Order: sequence, then structure tokens, then C-alpha cells
Amino acid sequence: MSVDLEPVTRLSQQHRSGGGSLVMLLQEVQAQYGYLPAEVLKALSREIDVPLARLYGLATFYRSFSLTPRGRHEVTVCTGTACHVRGAATLLEHLQRKLKVAAGGTTADGEFTLVTVNCLGACAMGPILVLDGVYHGKMTADKVDPMLGAVTRQPGGKLDGE
Amino acid sequence: MIAPGVKLLDSVARLEARRDELVSARAGRPCVIVSASTCGTANGAEELIRALQDGLKQLGLADRVDLRVTGCLGFCEQEPLLIFRPSNMFYPRPAPGQARRLLEESLLGGKVVEEMCYRDPRTGQSVWRIDRLPFYGRQQRLVLGANMEVDPCSIDDYLAIGGYGALAMVLAGATPERVIQQVEASGLRGRGGGGFPTGRKWRICRSKAGGKKYIICNADEGDPGAYMDRSILEGNPHSVLEGMLIGAYAIGADEGYVYVRAEYPLAVRNIHLAIDQATERGLLGDGIFGSKLNLRVHVSRGAGAFVCGEETALIASVEGRLGTPSPRPPYPAERGLWGKPTVINNVETWANVPLIIARGAEWFAGIGTENSKGTKVFSLVGKINNTGLVEVPMGTRLREIVFDIGGGMPEGRHFKAVQTGGPSGGVIPESLLDLPIDFDALTEVGAMMGSGGMIVMDDRTCIVDVARYFMNFLREESCGKCTPCREGIKNMLAVLTRICEGKGGVEDITRLERLARGVKAGSLCGLGTTAPNPVLSTLRYFKDEYMAHVVDKRCPAGVCTALISLSIDEGKCKACGRCLKVCPTAAITGGEKKVPAKILPDKCIHCRACFETCPFDAVTIT
Repeated sequence: MSVDLEPVTRLSQQHRSGGGSLVMLLQEVQAQYGYLPAEVLKALSREIDVPLARLYGLATFYRSFSLTPRGRHEVTVCTGTACHVRGAATLLEHLQRKLKVAAGGTTADGEFTLVTVNCLGACAMGPILVLDGVYHGKMTADKVDPMLGAVTRQPGGKLDGE
Repeated sequence: MIAPGVKLLDSVARLEARRDELVSARAGRPCVIVSASTCGTANGAEELIRALQDGLKQLGLADRVDLRVTGCLGFCEQEPLLIFRPSNMFYPRPAPGQARRLLEESLLGGKVVEEMCYRDPRTGQSVWRIDRLPFYGRQQRLVLGANMEVDPCSIDDYLAIGGYGALAMVLAGATPERVIQQVEASGLRGRGGGGFPTGRKWRICRSKAGGKKYIICNADEGDPGAYMDRSILEGNPHSVLEGMLIGAYAIGADEGYVYVRAEYPLAVRNIHLAIDQATERGLLGDGIFGSKLNLRVHVSRGAGAFVCGEETALIASVEGRLGTPSPRPPYPAERGLWGKPTVINNVETWANVPLIIARGAEWFAGIGTENSKGTKVFSLVGKINNTGLVEVPMGTRLREIVFDIGGGMPEGRHFKAVQTGGPSGGVIPESLLDLPIDFDALTEVGAMMGSGGMIVMDDRTCIVDVARYFMNFLREESCGKCTPCREGIKNMLAVLTRICEGKGGVEDITRLERLARGVKAGSLCGLGTTAPNPVLSTLRYFKDEYMAHVVDKRCPAGVCTALISLSIDEGKCKACGRCLKVCPTAAITGGEKKVPAKILPDKCIHCRACFETCPFDAVTIT
């Protein structure tokens, strides 16, 4: 699969003209592509003259970077302490079984990426699940199933209003 | 660059004139307040706001009534809150469909709609005035209180309550030396975990000869279960900027960063907005209030690494490097960002600074205990009725926080412990409930103030599982630089997992203690040196529960799946069928058509999904 490298050139130029740190640059690149494709990192390395190993180091050190494509929908389970004592582990296990992926993985059909986060700071609502950026509180296994179903049944697999 | 209509506040006189103008324009006007921070929004605040806007329009009130959308008001369990001023009448989580009725009857008619009022779960009494709510009554909300008065997207709201007045006082007459003296005299200590005296940190930085200096606001609030910094940054970002401006003046910095977690999108948005608005009015930039103070503030978004809350790792991350800590000394106050002297304080610390300047160091030092001054914000979460942000004077007893303010345990459960200080902290058992909470008392009992997270646990929380949870967290978050931290935590996790799976032996307890000592001694930064605390403190107070796991192969709290069995109480089962839907192994028969459910033990994998789902508490764990 070939990737459009035009944004890399543009973002690299901005970076070279004094636009912030390497971490910020990678954040922008990820916002552009949804993840950090290998070809993009290679091109970036050439453009800004930074060893690929350093970019790879940053991309694997920080949790928010992904080297693999994300699913069409992102399911985030908060595993902060407050959510944990309120049953987040049960919820996560349920989702792993249902979607047949481990946390961090993407379903075979590319529909869902399941991720965990160490506390969203909305502890009153725990356990919290975030589906495509929308927070849902006091989540249980029986509530989450219809939500996932509803998302995939939308035309084009998209949520309302997207 | 100034947008049309925006007035430059380039002198103290102009600031005061603007404040007076705002105060008189607002005097006597009724106001409708809705809290819409992360929690409020997730609970439908946006629909409520739209309904209120429509209602005000329909009633012809849109020009006569202010609608203020605020950040978090701390009573998170009941967000969004709807409050009417001047009556102070309030309603928790009103349905958007009720908005118009409440406007008509309560705002216009002055009548309390009884059935929509908040009911104190302990007394059953309804409470209709926000200022009479027991949850707030026992608090002293110096830092958080303003969240109710300001729309975080409006600098005018902050100006109207006297915002940037402390900065004006400083620039009008105090020398940097005098500012530092005041902060020292106040006794303010860092709210991010370490508890280092803020004034001393500033003095060290100021004493470094001339040249470039930086200030940083640490908003990388990583402790799970702690979210006071999110609340302040989302709800009152200008108070943080004002604190930073005062700090920059005191130490001689002209550039600053707010390093904020990417997991807090609303906080990121609001601090950006606040910086733009302050810059537009000349409160950031060059020659602030016509003085020699220059300050530019940038936002640096975290990329998801807990260790970046550690100050040297944070600096590395701002510089775009791997967020791994460096040995101290040199401290950042001596050599920090890009090698320049740098003061790093956390959000809550910065937000305290304008209060100290405006109301005096003596006033501040009059609150709290001998060595811990002022108030502290705690996030009271977990198995507790009133989940929320609680701000109390240092020295308040834990019992008062958990039971009087927090309202005790839900569903009549029994209190087991409070975990404080996040992954670096420890547990406080029931026998220590009368402990006055301050920096030193917490350290003495093997816990830690940390950033102020308080996770309440009841008899259904397994203490070994909690220790395992924190080791798993730290295993993921250890940056890997120091071997004892990287490998030691991994080993502690393996031992704890073994115990939770019922495969542990008594010798594992001593093994844990030995590993803990090694990790503590052999790590560079705070993450590693405090990492064993959750294990050591649970062992200190709850050894019995560990022993039940390793000797009796029993999990008294009913959490560790390998050590429990589930059954259904036929008397309680209403055959609603919900457990059938969530059971992953089809281990439940009946459960519908009026036949009570029954669990087939040989098919059950003890995943607890039915237990979490059952609305009638019919699933029992033994």
C-alpha cells in the first residue's frame, strides 16, 4: 500500500522552520495519518535528517503513538484505579472475548481498535468506556454490546453526525 | 494582534476599570449556571444547555438572564448541576425536557420543584440550596470555589471575580524578592506529590545569575484516580496562568510551558483558549501592565507516558526526547529546560499562588497544620457515595472526608481502606480513619499525599488485586532505564499474579518484601523508589488477606477469579435474562420466562460478568 507523502514534506518544512519538538511533530503526523506508517517515518527521517531509530524510539516509548493502522472505530476502556475497583477488568475481558483482540489490537475486519487508558479523570462515572470519542459512564458488559452493534450498523459504519 | 472590540489591559488602572465595568453590568442580573466539564458533558450537559437556551428564548429571557457554562463543580456523581442565581436553587442532573419547566417555576416563579431536588442519601431530606449542600458545607473551596463563578472560555468572567488582581498588586509595588518571601512565609508546598516548599524552589531559581529562565506548569496528572488538575485547568485556566505570571516575575523567567496530558482534551482546549485571550488583552506578551515583565506561554501536549510527570522526564519530553528521568542534582531550578534554570510546579500549586498574594501569606499559613499549610484538593473515588473533588484544610481527618463529605459506602458495604498517592502511595486501613491528613502524617503511615487521589475500597475490593493492579500499571510505565525498577517490578507483578491465581505460597510474601527493598534502593527517580509502596503498605496492614490467598486459597473479597465460585440466589432472581446475554460460555440456564437462572459450575469461568450485570444482586460469590 502506498502512502501519500505530501503531508510529510509540509510538516517537515514547518518543523525545520522552528515549529516545536520531535514529539509534537510525530503527534501532527499521527493526526494526519491516523497512525505512523513505516514509509512515512522513513520519509520523515530523510526530510528532517534525524535517524530513523530515534523516531522509532519515540514512537514506541510514548503510548499514544501507533505503528499499525487503527480500526474504523476506537473503543477505549479506562483502567484507572477507580474504574478498576468498579469492574473495568471484567468489562475489558468481555470486550477482548467479544472482539477477539487483545487490548491494543485491531479486529480482523478493521472495524474496531480496542485500547486501554490509565485514567481519564472522570472517576465518578467509572467504569468508563469511550467509543469514538464519546464518553459513556457506568458501563457494563450488557450495555456495551448494543452500542458496538449500533456503531457497525450505521451506514458506512460511521456514527451519527460524523 | 487585537480582535475588534477587545480592550487592551495594559495598565493596572485599565484592569480595574474593566473589572468595575463588568461587575456593574452584571449586578442584579439573574444567572443560570450549568456545569459541563468532562463528567458533565458525558452525562448530557450539552443537550441540557441547548434546552436551556431554547427555554430562555421562548420565555423572552435571553437578554435579561445570563447563561454560564462552567467547568467541574466537584460534585461529580450528580453532574451536570443546574444552579439559579441569585436564589442559589439547584437541581442535580435535570433532564433536558425539564429545562423549560425549571426556568419557569424556579427561576421566574421562585418555587422549588421538590421532586427534582437533590436528596441526601443518608437523611432522605431534600436540599434545594447549593450553599446548604452537606457535600460542600464541610469543605473550604479556596482553589475550586471559583469554578462555579467562571466560564473557563471567558476571560471576562475571571476578571469579574478579581482575576489578575494579584498580578496587578505584585507589579504595582512588590519586588521579586518580596514575592518570594511571601510564598515562603505562606508555607506552600508542591501539590504534585513531592511536597517540596514552593518558595524555596523559586529562591534557588532566582539566585541563578541572569539570562534565560523558564517556568513550567506540570499538568501531566498521571496518577490514576486523581483529576483535580484536570478540573482546575478545565474549569479555571486563568488562575493557573496568573500564578505562572507571578512566578515568572519572581524568578525572572520570560517563557513558560504548560505540559498537559493528551488524555485531557477539554483541558488542552481550555488552556489554549485562555492563553489566546490573555495574550489578546496584553496579559501575556511583552511589558505586561506597562512593567518590564514579559512572558510567553506555550502548550506542550503529553504523548501518554506516566513517567513524564517526573520533572526531569517532563523536561526531556518538552525538548522532544524520550521521557526518561535524569539524576538530580542538578535540580531543574538550577539547570532545567534547554539547560536553563527552570521552575516546575503543578497545576494546583500554581492556582494557589494568586490566592496567597491577594489574601496574604499569613492568612494562608493560618490554614492547615504545622508543616502543611493551606487546603488540599482530593479526588474521592471508588466505592463511595459522593464521588467528587473535595477541598479541605490540611489536617482534616480521613473519617470526615470519607463519611461526612463522601457520604460513606454505597449499598451498605463495609469500609476497608483508602488508597492515597497513586502508584507511589499506600493504603490506609480502617484503624487509621482518624488520621489528620497532611504531608507528614501520610508518609508516616506508609502512604503518601501524591497528587491527592483517594481511592476508597470496601469489603468487595481485593487488596492483593489492588497491589497487583499497581504493579501492572508500573510495569507498563517504568521507562526501563534502571534495571531494578524495570525487572523488579516485573517480578513483583509475577509473584502477585501467582498469588491471585491461587498458585502462591507463603514464601512468596518474603520474596515480595525482598524485591521491594531492591527496587526501592536501586532506582533513580521517584517512580522506581516509590514503586514498591503499594505492595509494602498492603502487606503491612492486610497480611491476613494475603495469607487467605496463599494458605486457604481463598479471596475474601470475591475478586480473584481463580479463587471464587458463583451461584444465583433463586429468591432474588427475577429471570430478566440479562446475565444470559453477558455470559461468554453459556454457563447459565433458565434466567428467562419466569424460571430463575442457574449457573453450571463446570462451564463457568468465574469472569464475574453476570455479577457485575445483575440489577438485583442475585449473583453471589463465595
